[in-house]
Amino acid sequence: MRYIEEIGRYGLMLLEIFRKPTKWSVMRKLILKEIDELIFNSLGIIIFISFFIGGVVTIQTALNLTSPFLPKSLIGFATRQSVILEFAPTFISIIMVGKVGSYITSSIGSMRVTEQIDALEVMGVNSVNYLIFPKLIAMLFYPFAIAIAMYTGIFGGWMAAMFGNYAPTADFIAGIQEDFVGFHVTYAFIKSLVFAVIIATLPAYHGYYLKGGALEVGKAATVSFIWTSVVIIIVNYVLTQLLLG
Amino acid sequence: MIQVEHISKAFGEATVLKDISTTFERGKTNLIIGQSGSGKTVFLKSLIGLHETDKGRIAFDGVYLDTLERDEQRELRKAMGMVFQGSALFDSMTVAENVCFPLQMFTSYSSKEKSEQVDRVLERVNLVDAHQKYPSELSGGMKKRVAIARAIVMNPKFLFCDEPNSGLDPKTAILIDDLIQEITREYNITTLINTHDMNSVMQIGEKIVFIKEGKVAWEGSKEEIFVTNNQAISDFVYASDLYQNVRKVYIEKAKSKT
Repeated sequence: MRYIEEIGRYGLMLLEIFRKPTKWSVMRKLILKEIDELIFNSLGIIIFISFFIGGVVTIQTALNLTSPFLPKSLIGFATRQSVILEFAPTFISIIMVGKVGSYITSSIGSMRVTEQIDALEVMGVNSVNYLIFPKLIAMLFYPFAIAIAMYTGIFGGWMAAMFGNYAPTADFIAGIQEDFVGFHVTYAFIKSLVFAVIIATLPAYHGYYLKGGALEVGKAATVSFIWTSVVIIIVNYVLTQLLLG
Repeated sequence: MIQVEHISKAFGEATVLKDISTTFERGKTNLIIGQSGSGKTVFLKSLIGLHETDKGRIAFDGVYLDTLERDEQRELRKAMGMVFQGSALFDSMTVAENVCFPLQMFTSYSSKEKSEQVDRVLERVNLVDAHQKYPSELSGGMKKRVAIARAIVMNPKFLFCDEPNSGLDPKTAILIDDLIQEITREYNITTLINTHDMNSVMQIGEKIVFIKEGKVAWEGSKEEIFVTNNQAISDFVYASDLYQNVRKVYIEKAKSKT
């Protein structure tokens, strides 16, 4: 029963985001600030993780291809498929739940416990719109970050193949061009866009409706990480079934 | 003027406000007093609409809150200023940005006009050199003054203060009390102060509403507190020897005058 109530409240909060919008001159600055905070400030960790995950995928694929009859280009092919279909959109999203989601929960949660959200409401500001809408818009740029993750992941795989002598560059490049299905990239972008909406709103919900003090802010960030990750994993399964199944 | 008619509020099984009715007049500093947990903060938050009441009605200058749509209530709130117990300043903004925030959100003033208005209210609360400071760089008293400046920058009709003196030294507390009273008269607004500070009661209590266990147990002025026979308010106000002595002196002075 509690979960149904929570889902209902989350739905109402999503509707409230678009009611009584904040003045555009104020909102524009907030959106730019959030793009910087949520997207640009995450690029470093996204590039770092993608590069090494791409490398690891390449090494593990290479080590499992023991048959001499299998072409080396398969290493590039497997790296591309793994990175584009799962590692970039899903794995990076889980990392982003930890980084961006926790930031959103704790920043909004801190505003709740210090009565800053009450202050916004008393002034007549739609606090849900003011706090969450800019984050939601900023996260719509998330697929660009995922595109960078895809590129860096495959690049990391190529570097691992080259420096570890797992596959010659020509074979690896041939592998990443082999049987390329454009829709797989579209699928990855659709997923990342849906994940972006989840990452922007679910942690915000946990922060916005927080009750208690500073200790609860920490707890809410943890609970938010768990639930947002769970929802992303489930939505990932559903979208994969719907789009590729 | 704020009219409160028979409001009640419960959280689950616990009824916090029980059939409260009273009136707060314009141009006066109205104090809500009571022990911790008596329902003062819930009462104040119910008045400004942060808590929805279960029963009863509240009217602001004759306009009943329950007759307004949610967006209309938000419009009405633009005529209210609130000073929160912890000041509730926006951490990421400077003092000037905090004070300017309502102007930026709800007016079409030019940058110059906004800046002049911010300067004017900051000067009014005696904070002239703090424009570029962040809340974390301010003392408790300074934070309260910024909160008051932010609350009055839109020239509100109603000013609500939740424990404006909490955590302040006695001297600063008196300064804040005086400032609120001066602003109330100057702007001719309806001011409500939630407090359990007896100095505030004696200093600026033009109308006092004493809440005990969610009910109005007594109401009157600070002068009436000295002569009342109400046991509940007497137990609360004269809990300390200091105020018992103050009462004796006051009564003796009053007798000698007559």
